[in-house]
Amino acid sequence: MNKENIIKLNKISVAFDGEKILDHLSLDIKDKEFITLLGPSGCGKTTTLRLIAGFLEPDEGEIFFEDKKINGVPAYKRQVNTIFQRYALFPHLNVYENIAFGLRVKKLPEAEIKEKVAEMLELVNLSGLEKRSIDTLSGGQQQRVAIARAIANRPKVLLLDEPLAALDLKLRKDMQKELKKIQQQLGITFIFVTHDQEEALTMSDRVVVMDGGKIQQVGTPKDIYNEPENAFVADFIGESNILDGKMLKDYYVEFSGQKFDCLDKGFEKEESVDVVVRPEDVDIVPEDKGMLRGVVTSISFLGVHYEIIVDIGGFKWMIQTTDEHFVGDNVGLYIEPDAIHIMKKSEYSGLYGDYSSYSEEIDHLSDVDYVED
Amino acid sequence: MKRKSLGNKLIACPYIVWSALFIVIPLLIMFYFALTDANGVFTLANLSDIGRYKKAFGISILYAAISTVITLLLAYPMAYFMTKLKVSNQRMLLMIVMIPMWMNFLIRTYSWITILANTGIVNTFLGKLGIGPLKLIYTPAAVILGMVYDFIPYMILPIYSVMSKIDNSLLEASEDLGSNAFNKFKKVIFPLSRPGIISGITMVFVPSVSTFYISQKLGGNKTMLIGDVIEYFFNLGPVYYNVASAISLVLMLLILLCMFVMNRFSDDDDGGVII
Repeated sequence: MNKENIIKLNKISVAFDGEKILDHLSLDIKDKEFITLLGPSGCGKTTTLRLIAGFLEPDEGEIFFEDKKINGVPAYKRQVNTIFQRYALFPHLNVYENIAFGLRVKKLPEAEIKEKVAEMLELVNLSGLEKRSIDTLSGGQQQRVAIARAIANRPKVLLLDEPLAALDLKLRKDMQKELKKIQQQLGITFIFVTHDQEEALTMSDRVVVMDGGKIQQVGTPKDIYNEPENAFVADFIGESNILDGKMLKDYYVEFSGQKFDCLDKGFEKEESVDVVVRPEDVDIVPEDKGMLRGVVTSISFLGVHYEIIVDIGGFKWMIQTTDEHFVGDNVGLYIEPDAIHIMKKSEYSGLYGDYSSYSEEIDHLSDVDYVED
Repeated sequence: MKRKSLGNKLIACPYIVWSALFIVIPLLIMFYFALTDANGVFTLANLSDIGRYKKAFGISILYAAISTVITLLLAYPMAYFMTKLKVSNQRMLLMIVMIPMWMNFLIRTYSWITILANTGIVNTFLGKLGIGPLKLIYTPAAVILGMVYDFIPYMILPIYSVMSKIDNSLLEASEDLGSNAFNKFKKVIFPLSRPGIISGITMVFVPSVSTFYISQKLGGNKTMLIGDVIEYFFNLGPVYYNVASAISLVLMLLILLCMFVMNRFSDDDDGGVII
């Protein structure tokens, strides 16, 4: 029962004004799992959520809920509830009435409504605020009311549309833990939309990485991080050095003019591939002991570690290390076989993973979601 | 407490002068005339005589109430419908609603005479079909029609402006929580549009209750509204200013009372956008 699919999306396509938002997207969502749709703005993640909620109908494809096709079923008849990005709390109702909204629509007896609202307020730590009007609440409290309102109806699936985006960092971390706790406590499916990769990795049972209206990879946070399927996923989740390489044979790869042992197999002989090396997996060693040699061109101190850019034959690597180095140092790099991950070439090859234009500023300029504080 | 700077005081100045000149002083003059006789001696006779005009007061309030209700019934669906259109179409409709307001009030009322008269457009047309002529003009219905026509933009605009600001995600949230179209309207759209309704009612009821021209032109001189009574006395000359002022004063108090009662009914803390 636990592994049964509660929602099934089959070859969904959606276009707005001729622009493709979702392109033959298929996805199975398991009962009681915490699944996250992760991707940059415009990747189609919110659209996918709205399709499941019933605010939008697909141009093509089918949506199944517990094996029943729900295309054309209006939102109010679906057993899902949504937490909206800006909460969408009713300004004319107080905290109690906001949470009771769905229960009143269902025409439950007053005593039962009272009991359920009290239970929900307890769950989100807002007991005592029943009579408060919405606009006297802080952002974090409004968030909690939105959660309570959505789960008061006991939906089988809860949809969360970037619910934490408006909160500051510390509050966001707290709410992440709390949401996870609520999900486990209630045992319902959470479909969470975010563009924050860290949030996705820490909260989810499974992550769906999306770009350009297509799913790039589905897997556990570990799979996604350690075994990215293409350059987009490798770059979007954490930092990656992505190099052109050639598979010489199973467990043996060539890149940057050197040959390395690795743990990957199953490629054609001499097949061109993308090679991913995570910045934290590279050791800096004295130049004569390195598998690769280069010059340090920039250093930034991030507290926990340094981020160092090393120029190796014109390709700039990012390396994270706790040892201090200086610009102009000649260093060697040592890479363990298990630090190397091989990917098939894709449409994203060559677009990501080179830090030659790297600086904090430029990184933000190219990030559509980056908000200047 | 923050002390107001000299600049702030200077900016407020013209408005204070304006209020004094055009609101406070005229009100004081009205009080003065209402409480004195033609020789300027204090008396309550003008006010104690007011009972003579209770019929006119009654009809005025009745007609104003009827036309306010009709206006609301017509304007609310219209405003709702407008918010559902494309933005460019909304602007066009808004323009169409407002264009009559740019025309002179007298001309707008006069044009109804040519439509409703015994030899007017409607009766000419009906005559061709072998019906009529119907008695359209100089009836209470014609007066109410005139009021509705003249004041409906003041109902549509506030309701539309409040409705168009309702966040679409609130409507989605109500659907998400199980509301069908009826519940969505009853539990979200209507309560959130109430401030617009209240300000619309105020903006239609107040001018309707004190109007005088519409009733004369479309009602003949059979229906004397309280506005007509006031105008009549003012036209008789300065000796009657006292009576006219007393009626005006009572009318003002009645309107205040109506507004107060209505705000009571609309309960709630916010009270909306009362003009």
